[in-house]
Amino acid sequence: MAESPILEVTELSKFFGGVQAIMNVSFALAPGQILGIIGPNGSGKTTLVNLISGFVKPDKGSVFFKGRNITALQPHKIANLGLTRTFQVMRPYHSLSAFKNLIVPLNSPRVKRSSAGKLGDIDAVAIDILEEVGFERDARVPYKTAGSLPLGYLKRLELGRCIALKPEVIICDEVFSGLSMSEITSLIPLLERLRMEGITLMMIEHRLRELFRLSDRVVVLAFGRKIAEGTPDEVMNNRTVKEAYLGTETKV
Amino acid sequence: MVAKTRRKKRLERSIKVRCEGLYALSSWSEIAYLMAPRVLLILGLLVIPFYVDMYWQRVLCSAGIYALLALSFDFLAAYVGLVCLGGALFIGIGGYIAGLLNHYFHLSPFVTIPIATIVGAAISTLVLIPCLRLRGIYFAIVSFMLPLFAVYIIIALNVFGGTEGISALDTFPSISLELYLILAAVLAALFAIRRLVNEDMGIILRGVKDNDQAVRASGISITAYKIRAVFMAALLGCFGGAYLGHLYGWLGISLFAMDFSILPIAATVMGGMGSLVGPVLGAFILTPMSEALRGFGQLRVVLYCLILIAFMVYKPEGIMNILQRKYHQFEKWEEV
Repeated sequence: MAESPILEVTELSKFFGGVQAIMNVSFALAPGQILGIIGPNGSGKTTLVNLISGFVKPDKGSVFFKGRNITALQPHKIANLGLTRTFQVMRPYHSLSAFKNLIVPLNSPRVKRSSAGKLGDIDAVAIDILEEVGFERDARVPYKTAGSLPLGYLKRLELGRCIALKPEVIICDEVFSGLSMSEITSLIPLLERLRMEGITLMMIEHRLRELFRLSDRVVVLAFGRKIAEGTPDEVMNNRTVKEAYLGTETKV
Repeated sequence: MVAKTRRKKRLERSIKVRCEGLYALSSWSEIAYLMAPRVLLILGLLVIPFYVDMYWQRVLCSAGIYALLALSFDFLAAYVGLVCLGGALFIGIGGYIAGLLNHYFHLSPFVTIPIATIVGAAISTLVLIPCLRLRGIYFAIVSFMLPLFAVYIIIALNVFGGTEGISALDTFPSISLELYLILAAVLAALFAIRRLVNEDMGIILRGVKDNDQAVRASGISITAYKIRAVFMAALLGCFGGAYLGHLYGWLGISLFAMDFSILPIAATVMGGMGSLVGPVLGAFILTPMSEALRGFGQLRVVLYCLILIAFMVYKPEGIMNILQRKYHQFEKWEEV
């Protein structure tokens, strides 16, 4: 790789009791890339996200963000460095209106530091961000309580929460899951725009077709191990990957 | 033959926009509509003392203390997600600090109460910090145990007057002063916390309650915010404790009594969780009621519990939330 990686994971391992959730996984993310992580159910994808974002401490291995070891840091410290994540299960601050949900990241030390106290009207900033992720401006949607929003909006709200932090890396944990085809097609331009703005994305996905269209590189996990890595085309034609998803051919 | 049924239809009054924090005021009548409940509450609290005798004025004073505790319980439970049964801890620490300062250093109540409020809140917060990582029922249990812990320390070490306590502390110069001090404190605390929960700080705290993981992923330390919230809740409780010590001119281990932890919950359940004004109202109903039931002796507790259970089962939203709905909505029967 020509550029030094923005995020690097080396020999990460995590056991839950006797279960190997993640076993010796290593990969690197170049700045501006979209990296896809795929794997069958239970292959450790979400655990990997939790390990990188600091919510779960690894048993072995390290995570480097911009050359700095962030393995032992707390989640909010990692987020303040510019690495944030979405959650697979949507739990917005349901009693707050949609735009008030963004007040939380807008109050983080990272945003306060970068804006140097010149953020202006924080509510207006929040509504601008919501517009950026596809909420209709001036419609009543941004003012509705988050608990009453449909899933499509919640996914956008979750991305908005990440964008508000002005991050360098966003880890998306299954943003497409549960969405209809048309909702997914309308989300893809947003993700591509984030990449254009220089945000590096790591996407955990089950929707392979859309993921392969978006990503530059793909890492495949199975039973906690990395079984393949490469461009979408390479991975698609990889024999081990097919076996992991479909099983092996045996003569009966 | 078509069976005619009726159903109750609810209509929003136009002024109350269903989205939070957005109001359009275009006339005096609308301003009056919004101000009326607030003015009613303030005037009610300020006027009632004129119409009752000395005994009931004293009851109102202790109702005020319970109102502060209920407010702090509701704030922590409904807006931060910490079910804190440490009311007795706040009262005890506040009361002991004020009383000891008065007894040993002969400071006047007007000096001891502010000191006890701030120092007491700081101590209470320090004591609770190790428990902040606990959630839900576990935090509740630990915060409930701490006052007992304090009582046995005082008894075992025989410090601060031991089981006897210390009597003959300075009291307030007049009943109207003690009455209006606590009522003013309740109103100030109520409006301050109502304001706070809609400020950025309060929004973050509500975020912690709804989904603390997302708050952490947003770069905010949930522990730091929980500490601030506990400190603010403790301020109310410790003020109540310091005031109580000077009200009765006495301090002792019954300042750590369980009543201070339990009654605020009852008041909150009755008044309406999360409404902030509800718990205050609940305390001003429950405390005089418990006095009025004194004639029933031990049966008083039974009646008390029955009322509470009835509320929890039949009106779980609480008085205030019901009143609020009635105020903001028309109801009419329509045929279907």
